[in-house]
Amino acid sequence: MLARVPDDLTPDLPNPHAVPPPEAAAAAGGPVSEPAGVPAGATGAAPTSPAPATDAPASPAPPALELRGLWRRFGEKVAVAGIDLVVPAGSFYGLVGPNGAGKTTTLSMATGLLTPDAGTVLVHGRDLWADPVAGKALIGILPDGVKLFDRLTGEQLITYAGLLRGLDRDTVAQRARDLLVAMDLVADARTLVVDYSAGMTKKIALACALVHAPRLLVLDEPFEAVDPVSAANIRDILAQYVASGGTVIVSSHVMDLVQRMCDHVAVVAGGHVLAAGTVDEVRAGASLEDRFVELVGGRVSGEGLAWLRTSSD
Amino acid sequence: MVAHLVRLKLALLLNGFKRSVWQVIGFVFGALYALGFAVLVVAGMVAVGTQDVELQRTVTVLLGSALVVGWWFVPLLAFGVDATLDPERFATFAIPRRELVAGLAVAALVGIPGAFSAVAAVATSFAWFRHPLALVVGLVGGVLGLAVAVVGGRALVALLAPLVARRRAREVLAMVGLVAVISIGPVLSGIGEVTVDRSSFDGLVRVLAWTPFGAPWAAAADAATGDWLPALARLTIAAATLWLALRLWSVALARTLTEPARAVSSTARSNGIGVLGRIPATPLGAVAGRCLVYWFRDPRYAIALAIVPFIPVLMWVVGRGGGMLLVSGLLAALVSGWGLSADVSYDGSAFWMHVSAGVRGWVDRLGRVIASAVVALPLVVVITVASAVIADRVDALPALLGAAMGILLTSYGGASIVSALFVQPVQQPGENPFQTRQGASLATVLSQMVGWTAVLVAALPPAVLAWVAVARASALLGWGALVVGLALGAVWLTVGVRVGGRLLDRRAPMLLQKVIAFE
Repeated sequence: MLARVPDDLTPDLPNPHAVPPPEAAAAAGGPVSEPAGVPAGATGAAPTSPAPATDAPASPAPPALELRGLWRRFGEKVAVAGIDLVVPAGSFYGLVGPNGAGKTTTLSMATGLLTPDAGTVLVHGRDLWADPVAGKALIGILPDGVKLFDRLTGEQLITYAGLLRGLDRDTVAQRARDLLVAMDLVADARTLVVDYSAGMTKKIALACALVHAPRLLVLDEPFEAVDPVSAANIRDILAQYVASGGTVIVSSHVMDLVQRMCDHVAVVAGGHVLAAGTVDEVRAGASLEDRFVELVGGRVSGEGLAWLRTSSD
Repeated sequence: MVAHLVRLKLALLLNGFKRSVWQVIGFVFGALYALGFAVLVVAGMVAVGTQDVELQRTVTVLLGSALVVGWWFVPLLAFGVDATLDPERFATFAIPRRELVAGLAVAALVGIPGAFSAVAAVATSFAWFRHPLALVVGLVGGVLGLAVAVVGGRALVALLAPLVARRRAREVLAMVGLVAVISIGPVLSGIGEVTVDRSSFDGLVRVLAWTPFGAPWAAAADAATGDWLPALARLTIAAATLWLALRLWSVALARTLTEPARAVSSTARSNGIGVLGRIPATPLGAVAGRCLVYWFRDPRYAIALAIVPFIPVLMWVVGRGGGMLLVSGLLAALVSGWGLSADVSYDGSAFWMHVSAGVRGWVDRLGRVIASAVVALPLVVVITVASAVIADRVDALPALLGAAMGILLTSYGGASIVSALFVQPVQQPGENPFQTRQGASLATVLSQMVGWTAVLVAALPPAVLAWVAVARASALLGWGALVVGLALGAVWLTVGVRVGGRLLDRRAPMLLQKVIAFE
C-alpha cells in the first residue's frame, strides 16, 4: 500500500526538465565529494567568502537550491547575516542550529515567504525573487509555526493545495487519496483540520507540500509532535523521494535523526553558517551532536542549581 | 500582589510602545481625548455644584450610572475586555485567589479607560463642594461606584465567557447586542422630540438611585439634604453589589484557572470535498470555493452575514417606517462589500498557502470577491426588493438596485485594494470572544476610514442618480441609475482587482509576515 504512493510523488508532473539521474544517484549515495567542493563558509571564519568560487567549476546541472549572501534583519536584530549555502540536487539536506539561529528565517526566504534584505536565492538555477511564480512552482513547503486553513477537512485541504498549484481535478483527487493513505489519515479525511492533533496537522501539512510533486521539498521541523510510527513512514516516503531524484531540506533539533537520515548537513548559528558539507565531512569522525555542541558552544556545566536537589530544609 | 500586577500592566503597556510608533501615536491621541473629557467632567461637576441639590442629584446619578453600565455591558457587546492580564496566564502561578482578584481589579484601572473612569468617579463628588459632609459621602460613593463598575464588569464577562465560547450562543449574543443598539434609535428620537428640561430625567433617576447602577452616586445627594437613612441604604446597596460581584468573579476565576475556556470543537464532518468538488478546477475556482466554505463554517464570517438582515429593521425603526427604509439595500451592499477588506486578516498565517503556491494577485482578489458575491448579491437584492415593497415604492426599484449594485461592486474594488495594503489584528477563530486584540493601530483605523470615503465617493454617480430618481419618481432616471450603477461598478471592480492584484503580487510576503506577527 505504501509502496505505491511514493512512485506517484516522483517529480514527474509539472516539470519535464530532466532530473539528472547520475548526479542524483551519486549524491544520494552518501559521502561523495561534491563537484563544487565544500560550500562557502564551511570553516565558519568568513561567511561572506567569495561566492563565485563555488559555482565557477560548474557541474552540468545547477544545484537544487543555492543561497548567496542572504541577509535579513527584524528591527535591530539581524536574524540572518549573509548565509551562503549550496544544496546539491538529489541530496537529503539537514539544517541544524540552536533556537533562534535563523533557520526558519532562512528557509522562509529560500521559499518565497519572506523577502530578503539582500542576497539571491536560486532554485534549480532560477532566481526565485526575480520570478517568484516560476520558482515557487518547483518547491513544496512545510513551514513551522503557521496555521492552515483549518476549517477545511483534511481531504479538502489537500485538494485546495493541489488546485492552487494548478493541478487538474482527477490528478488532485487521485493524489489526495494516495497521500491520505500514506499519512495514515484516511479515517480522518472528513474531519475538520482544526480538530486534528498536532501530529496529524503536521502530516496533513506535509501532504499539502507533496501534492504538486515538487522537485525541492523544504520542511521546517517536520517531525515535531509526530508519533514514532508516522515519523518512520514519513522518513520512508522522503527517502524514496530523494532516491528518485528529488531534493529534501529539513530543519531539525534532533541531531541523531539528521545524522541517520541526511547525507548533507549545515550547522547554522547566529545567522551564520558554521559548517556545511556531507554529514561525514561535518561530523569529522565524532557524532554529529558532539560536533554540533563543539561548533555552537554554550554548554553549561551541570553544577548549577544546587538548591534544586534540596528537597527539604 | 496588587502592586505587582499593576507594575506588570504598566510594563506591558510600555513594552507595547516599543513595538510600533503607531501604537505610541494612537495612545497619545487617545490620552489627549480622554484628558479633554476628564477636564470637561471635572469642570462640569464644579459648575453643577453651584446649582440646587435636585439638579446635582440628577447629573451625578446619570453620569455615574452611565459609567457602571459602560463597564458592565460594553465588553459583552462590543469591544471585549482588555486581555493584557488574562487570568488564564496566571493559572500556573500559585497566587491566592483573593490577591489575584484584588490585583486584577486595580490593574484594570491602568490604561486610558480606567484612568478616565477613576477621574470621573472621584469628580462626581466635586459637585458637593458646598456641602462638606455630602462631599465626603460622595467620595466614598464614588470609590464604591468605581469598584462596582470595574469588578461587576469583569465578573459578568468571567461568568458568561464559557457560555459564549459556544458558537451558537455567541451569535445569539451578537443579535441581542444589535437589537439593543437598534432600540437606541427610537429612544434617541423620542428624546429629540420631547424638549429636555430638568424634570425629564426625574423618574429615571429615582429608579436608578435604588439600583446598583445609581445607588453609589445617589448617596451624596441624600446626605446633602440630611436624609441619612436613605443615604446609608444606598451605600449598603453599593457595598452589597460589590461583595456579590467579588464573590462571583472569584468563583468564575477559580473555574477558569482549573478549566480554561476552550472553544467547543464542533467535530463537524462533511461529505466528500463539498464545494471544492463543484467549482472549476482552477486556482481561481479553488480560492472562491475555499472562501465560500469559510463563509458558512467560520463563525466570524457567519456573524457578519447574520447581521445584514437586521439593517432594514434598524432603518425601519429609525425612520419610523418612512423613506429611510429605502436606504437599507445600499447599506447592506456597503457592509457586505466592505467586509472583504478583512479577508486576509481572517486568513491569518494560513495565508502562507497562497504565498507559497505563487497564487497570482488578481486570482486571489477575484476569488474572494466571487465567494462573497455568491452570498451577498442575493442578500442585497432581496433586501432592496423587500424594502421597496414594504415602503410601497416598487417604482423606485431600478434606481435602488442600481445604487445598491454600484455600491456593492465599488466596495469590492476598494476592499480588494485596501486588503492588499493593510492587514489588521482580528479575533482568531475559537478565541475567547470577549478578548480584544492588542495592537489595532491608528494606521489600521485610518486605512479603513480612507477606504470607506474613497468607496463612497467612487459610488457617488449612481447613488446621486438614484436619489434624484426616487425623489422625483422618475422611471427614466431610475433605469439610468441601474445602468450607471452596474457599468461604473464593474469598472471599479476591475480596477480594484487589477490594482489590488498587482499590489499583492509585490507585497504578499510582507502581508504574510504581518499577519504572522499578529498571532
